[in-house]
This record gives sequence, structure tokens and C-alpha cells, in this order.
Amino acid sequence: MDKKYILVKDTRRAGSNQTEHFAGLLAAKIQASPAAEAVQVVRAADIGFYDQGLVLKFLPGGPVYLNVSEADLDRVVRETVVGGRVLEDLAAAGTARQLRVVLRNCGVINPENLEEYIRRDGYRALSRALFEYTPDKVIEEFKKSGLRGRGGAGYPTWLKWHLTRSVPGAEKYVICNADEGDPGAYMDRSILEGDPHSVLEGMIIAGYAIGANHGYFYIRAEYPLAIERIGKAIEQARERGLLGTGILGSDFNFEVDIRLGAGAFVCGEETALIASIEGKRGTPRPRPPYPSVSGLWGKPTSINNVETFANVPVVMTRGGDWFAGIGTEKSKGTKVFAVTGKVKNSGLVEVPMGVTLRQIVFDIGGGVRSGKKIKAVQTGGPSGGVIPEDRLDTPVDYENLQKLGSIMGSGGMIVMDEDDCMVDIAKFYLGFCVEESCGKCAPCRIGTYQLLKILERISEGEGRSEDLDRLRLIAQAMQKASLCGLGQTASNPVLSTLNYFETEYREHIQAKRCRSFKCRDLLTYSIIQSKCKRCRQCFLNCPVQAISGDREVGFYIQLDKCIKCGKCFEVCKFNAIARE
Amino acid sequence: MKEGNDYHQELSGLLAKWKDKPGNLIMILHEIQNHYGFVPRQLSLQLSALLDVPLARIYEVLTFYNYFKLEAPGKHKISVCMGTACYLNGAPEILRELKSILGVEEGHTTKNGLFQLEVVRCLGCCGLAPVIMIDGKVYDKVKKNDIIDIISKFTRSKEPE
Ligand SMILES: Cc1cc2nc3c(=O)[nH]c(=O)nc-3n(C[C@H](O)[C@H](O)[C@H](O)COP(=O)(O)O)c2cc1C
Ligand code: FES
Repeated sequence: MDKKYILVKDTRRAGSNQTEHFAGLLAAKIQASPAAEAVQVVRAADIGFYDQGLVLKFLPGGPVYLNVSEADLDRVVRETVVGGRVLEDLAAAGTARQLRVVLRNCGVINPENLEEYIRRDGYRALSRALFEYTPDKVIEEFKKSGLRGRGGAGYPTWLKWHLTRSVPGAEKYVICNADEGDPGAYMDRSILEGDPHSVLEGMIIAGYAIGANHGYFYIRAEYPLAIERIGKAIEQARERGLLGTGILGSDFNFEVDIRLGAGAFVCGEETALIASIEGKRGTPRPRPPYPSVSGLWGKPTSINNVETFANVPVVMTRGGDWFAGIGTEKSKGTKVFAVTGKVKNSGLVEVPMGVTLRQIVFDIGGGVRSGKKIKAVQTGGPSGGVIPEDRLDTPVDYENLQKLGSIMGSGGMIVMDEDDCMVDIAKFYLGFCVEESCGKCAPCRIGTYQLLKILERISEGEGRSEDLDRLRLIAQAMQKASLCGLGQTASNPVLSTLNYFETEYREHIQAKRCRSFKCRDLLTYSIIQSKCKRCRQCFLNCPVQAISGDREVGFYIQLDKCIKCGKCFEVCKFNAIARE
Repeated sequence: MKEGNDYHQELSGLLAKWKDKPGNLIMILHEIQNHYGFVPRQLSLQLSALLDVPLARIYEVLTFYNYFKLEAPGKHKISVCMGTACYLNGAPEILRELKSILGVEEGHTTKNGLFQLEVVRCLGCCGLAPVIMIDGKVYDKVKKNDIIDIISKFTRSKEPE
């Protein structure tokens, strides 16, 4: 069903382009192999690598090979196309550094085919848990593994399960948080679409460990394919006796349902999510009581993230000790990041905890696309913060990111270069939080709005000298007094930008200057007469006729009419428009 | 517009699957919106009677969640991604251009009912930023100057102004 593709491109800058030739050769070799039907060769227009000889990219999710020679092609077909093995000598450095635990099956199996999942050890973890482990022993194994929640806060998974298990009661629930609210991240979506059974298997094991007989997937309505795939996976599992009563002949029963989100960021917060599943407005409530004590319908409930669940079968099959061998002292295993923004090779990466941000952005991501200087990396979405260039050598784990004023978050990682204004970035995230604040508690509802107002006036050149202190004051109040994680963390983008880039803020306020030329109101345009060839392009393109003059006397911008749209700057071929 | 009775028939169909499930309201509203493209007031009124919940409870939920629409959608739905990756790669420019070409603000439909302009957060194609989606089809790495061409594909061979 889901075909695999190999993108081919000859990326040599000099010499004749041989893409066509190589693609033909490769296609012929594949045609003659057992993989003939399953793989399609596609000539790529742009493959994200430059001057690296012949580049092959295996999609979805496979390795990238650089500088492939004609002689390598047989090997590539035999080992990688047919055998599914990576040839380390050809693989781009970045792909070699990655470690696929969570994404082990993504792009490798057909996600709609249960047999393929089973062939790759699928549901072995479940059968092992059911027949070789007591629930307490399962929890013990996870304690050994050191697995922590991948949804943001990094709470130890075993402890959450243990607490939920310890609360008396026959009716308990497991929920999979697939609301993925961070705008600019799509790790969970890729897992749900690429390997739905691994998440389902993880959830069933969690149910067994906790003593729950019912699970819910809470998935964003904006992810129709993910919803469809999970739905199919549930049906297939039911037919196979992997769900329902007496799973695999044991005496454990488990049923699963899907509920859809409806476009509210706050519903990623666990108590709001529970309210939403109950069919209500998704507003959070104070904790304690924690969901482990009183969750869905007032019953003990354990909520875990998609990626957390996808780790579960691996921990069960390979053992807690194996898992604990990957990563840093306090953060075990791997983490999937969606590296986007100004990076050259944008995409999903999975790395062991402890790899540095610089390695992710430069070795794997290929650095900044424009070739400009990197300014910062943002993690954690609207609840996270920016990390400046000089801290990029920090190894990534939960504690380190927090120390830097950001958070691990769910795995969004956004690369920013010199063209990105830090005041503007803070404004962007705050704008998001203002819209998404549920309005229940005042510190968040009013605080986010006031922060945004101040940021707006700073970016419009109306900033006042006392504004920076005021930003800090409001931010602190929100951290301390907000009801849920949304308000408690909404000020992180402001605080972190302010912390590392205070000079930029001061420039906006005092010098009325935006060094990244992002804050329109602070820009002035003028024509450099010595460079002007009087071609009239600016004159013709100005949407508000703010440019006057003629070919004889030259052209001038009337500042009182100029709306600072930047059109003249764009159309001038002679760099004769100055922007300050 | 349909009469109340026509809705009634269809509504019972949509309800069948969910009627006895706990916490069903949101899922029922999803079914309705999937079917009609929005949640008509008529239907909310009937739903209120059928489920025996106050209309205010239904609207409380409808207005809380961005996903639910109370107005009929335009013929072509344009979604502009304003997720972080798209924002950094020029989405605000694209949105400004679309607004000025279509003459509507986000969240609204053009007077001729042809285009509905929506802002969404992350279409999950961040590597291709900035992206817009028209009727489910993704246009990636969009440039400001491409917009007019893209739009005109939908206006051409259409009914006279
Ligand atoms: C405002 C807000 C939004 C959140 N959004 C998400 C989300 O989209 N996905 C997610 O898994 N967790 C999200 N969380 C974290 C969850 O509340 C919860 O901690 C997590 O799902 C627990 O799973 P884990 O222990 O496996 O990480 C969010 C938290 C807050 C405060
Ligand atoms: S930010 Fe636009 S697709 Fe992700």
C-alpha cells in the first residue's frame, strides 16, 4: 500500500548533471530485485544536500547516502533496498548519529499492516508482560529503565503508573495524549501515522501495569490520517485477540476508544484533556487531586504522551537495563525532535539524550539554510524558551534545558538566524498564548494579554524604559499564580529572550531600532542617490504612491506617506534602497 | 435552508453511534460538522431537545473550541499556516497578501462565497514552510508573488462577477 521511495539527485556543482542516468540505473537494478514492486525511484529537484556527489534519500524515514558511486549501486540495492540495512560508509554523518528507538518502524513497515508490525517483534512485549511479568514487575522494569514522560514535564513513567495502581478501585483509565499542541512540531503525528501499533501496544501494557481495563486516545481533529490509522490498528488488534476480553488467552481485559480534540491548545494539559473527553469545555482544574487519584469520571487515571507509549514495547522486549544504557544520568533513552525554522535539512530526528544542540542543528540539520549566523534555538514551543548560540554545546536533557530557561517540551526545535528578531519571537508566542488561554484564571488571562501589549508597543517604537522591569514582574506573577501549566510557562519565551537578548530589547526601546529589520514600525526607507539608476521600478511598484520624482531629478521617498511595506526594497535590482 | 424536519432525520442517523456513550457531546458535534461543514443553529436546538441538555451547554462547548464553526463555509477553504516554522519563513507576508487580494479578514468568507480564509497552526509540513492549504491540497514554500497565480486558478472559468 504505502510505497517506499528513493529520491535521487546528482548534486555536483560542476560537470554534467547525471541524475537521469543514475536514476535509470538504480531503477533497473531494483526492477530486477525482489523489492521491485515496493520501491519507486524518483528524481528529486532539490534534495537538501549540495555538492555531495550522487545523493540518495530513502523515504519515508530512511537514511541519506552521499557521494554514491556507480559501483555502489548493487550494494545499495542488495543491503538497503532489499535488506533494510544502513550502509554506514555511505550514510550522511547526521543519519549515522541518530538512534532509532521510537521511530524504529516508521517508514520501514506498512503502518496499516499488522503482520509487518508483528514480524518486527510487535506485540511480543505485550505477551511477555502478560505471561512472564506481574503488573508490579512491569512497573519495576520501567523503574530500571528510567523512562520519563515525553509530553513535556518529564515525569517518571513508572512512578505515574505506580501511583495510579496504588489507588484502590476497580475502575481505572489510561489515556494517550495525542493532542500535540506545539505549533511547529509533528513528532507525535509521525509516530501515530507511521507506527500506530507500537503506541497501542504501549497503552495496553500500561493498562495491564496499572490495572485499567479501558483506554482512550485523545487525538487532534486536525490529524485525520493519524485518527484513521489508530482506528484501523484498534480494529486489527481486536480481531487478533490483542484487545477485548481475555487478551491472548490471559485473564486481562482491555478496551480502547478514540476521542477527538477540537483545536484548543490547553486541552493538552491533563486535567483539561480529561474535561474534554467528558464532553465539556476543556478548562483545567487545580491539582491535587492528581489524575492518578481522581481523573476521568473521577476514577484513577494515567495520562501518557504518544512518544512515551511508543517507547514502552522496546523497554519490555529489550529490558530496562538496556534502555537505561542510552542517554545521560537522569534522562534515559532517545528523544525525537522536529527540527524546523531556518535549518537546512528540516525534518524529524531521533537522538540519544545527551547529544548537544549544536550536533543536532549542524551535524544532522546541516546548519543554517541561508548561510547566515545562527542566533538561537527554541525548544518547548509556547512553554519553552530560546537558547542562544553560545549555549548550543549543552547536552540535551530535561535538567539542562530547564537550567537554560527553556524546557524539553514535546520536541519542537526551531532554528533562528540573524533575520529573526527576539522581540518579535516573544510576541509571536505570547500572541498564541493570549488566544489559547482558557480564561479560567486571572493571572494567565490578564497576564498574557498585558505582556503582549507591552511587547507590541516595544516593537512599534513606543516602548518605555520601565517596560523591561514590568515584563519581568508580570512574568513572575504568572509563574507563581496561574492555575495550570499553560499560564505558569507562558512567560518563558519572554523571560528567556529578555535574559539572553536584553540589548535587543533596549535597542528597540531607546534607539528605536530593530537589528533584524522585522519590526516594521521601526524601519525607514530611503533612496541612495549614488546607486540609483533611475529605472523607476520602485516608483511603479509603490502601492501608496509614496515615491515621487522623475528620471531627470531622481526619485525620493516621502516618509509621511510611506507605509513601510518594503516593496521598493524588494524590487530594486541595484541595492539602491536603504533600510534602517 | 432545510426545514427542521429534514435535519431531524439526518441528525438521528448521526446520533445513533454516540447516543449512549458517556461524554458524547463533543463527538456528536464533530459528526455534525463533518457532515455539514459547520454546526447550524437549527441543529443545536434540536440536539438540545434530543439529548435533553440546555442549549447553553452546547454553545458553551461550541464556542470554546476553535475547530467548531457556526457559519457556513466558503466554497474553497484557504488555510494559512501560522505555526512557528511558517511564521519564521514568511507566513505573515503571505497572509497579508491573501487578505489584500481577497479583501477579507481571517476567519471570514468573501462576499461571493468563493473563498474562506482561515489561519491554522502547523499543518505538520514544517520542513516545507511556509505552507498554505486550499481544499485539502498543500502548497509548499509559497512565495508572496505566487499567491495571485494560485488564487486565479480557482476564480477562472467561474460564474460572471
Ligand atoms: C498547556 C499545556 C499543553 C500541553 N500539551 C501537551 C501535548 O500537546 N501533548 C502532550 O503529550 N502533553 C502535553 N502537555 C503535558 C501533559 O499535561 C502531560 O504532562 C503529559 O501528557 C503526560 O504524559 P507523559 O508523562 O508521557 O509526558 C501539555 C501541558 C500543558 C500545561
Ligand atoms: S509551522 Fe507551518 S507546517 Fe508546521
